[in-house]
Amino acid sequence: MAKIIVVTSGKGGVGKTTSSAAIGTGIAMKGHKTVIIDFDVGLRNLDLIMGCERRVVYDFVNVINKEATLSQTLIKDKRTKDLFILPASQTRDKDALTIEGVQEVLEALSKEFDYIICDSPAGIEKGAQMALYFADAAIVVTNPEVSSVRDSDRILGILQSKSKRAEEGKEPIEEHLLLTRYHPERVALGEMLSVSDVEDILAIPLLGVIPESEAVLKASNQGTPVILETESEAGLAYTDAVDRLMGEEKPFRFLEVQKKGFIKRLLGG
Amino acid sequence: MGIFDYFKSKAEPSSASVAKDRLQIIVAHERTKRQQPDYLPQMQQEIIDVIRKYVQIGSEDVQIQLDNTDECSVLELNVTLPDQ
Repeated sequence: MAKIIVVTSGKGGVGKTTSSAAIGTGIAMKGHKTVIIDFDVGLRNLDLIMGCERRVVYDFVNVINKEATLSQTLIKDKRTKDLFILPASQTRDKDALTIEGVQEVLEALSKEFDYIICDSPAGIEKGAQMALYFADAAIVVTNPEVSSVRDSDRILGILQSKSKRAEEGKEPIEEHLLLTRYHPERVALGEMLSVSDVEDILAIPLLGVIPESEAVLKASNQGTPVILETESEAGLAYTDAVDRLMGEEKPFRFLEVQKKGFIKRLLGG
Repeated sequence: MGIFDYFKSKAEPSSASVAKDRLQIIVAHERTKRQQPDYLPQMQQEIIDVIRKYVQIGSEDVQIQLDNTDECSVLELNVTLPDQ
């Protein structure tokens, strides 16, 4: 049985796909057979972030409609062993995903994989609900900014009431907070919510803090998951987050402003 | 913070602490709304209908709220009757 992890946020543009790509890659690098599913029907983008956009032949909806088999549709990652991608459909039909269809595909994948990462679309509509419905764990991606924190709280409400586990009265979905685009400098100046501010408000365990980093845009430009950029702070922060997801204890890094020289500090540079 | 920033605007709360205060209030408010049982709006409507059999009131004259503490739940009903 695979563990199903949804990467969700409510708000768009906070880094769900970047995080799905990084975390899925990180889990596979640990030797677990992993598939990342793009649930954003109509706005496929995981393929670009993973750099496999030219290898898409069939998609998630084709599999649901039995127009293609899973093995025809899954794209094997070229860099990371044990990693596969299931691309979203570009159809504009909103009802292309059905709960029965999704369940059938997840059950089939469950037999072959150890981890299934569901990259949720933004919003709290059907697509997002479908992505989280079967989840065992949720990674809630949040930016330290008012609208993102509020939307994350709404998504937590949906995880706790509209998921399969909630409806069947089973053990609730494991919740993990992933804070992205964090600027320690701005936090120090009182211009940005701190890690502990967001933890206080959302009250769920912290999985990781990804600092704002030029490496994220650079990696997406090249179609490389940022976790493979081992020289970058963002890449290392994702590696730590994956280790914690696997149950390891890891100290949090990159939360403090890097020490500057006395003269530079005096001039406020 | 540089030496020049040190002299200006010390007393004002930082924008981050304003953000935190606002979020704590709105999130708490939205959570209580979320935890209300589904039957609450319909119950409110039926209570209004019963009162209307005897007194003319508007639908905004009845406030209904369910508060959960650790040990018990309190259903608070507040009806504003019109002046005689």
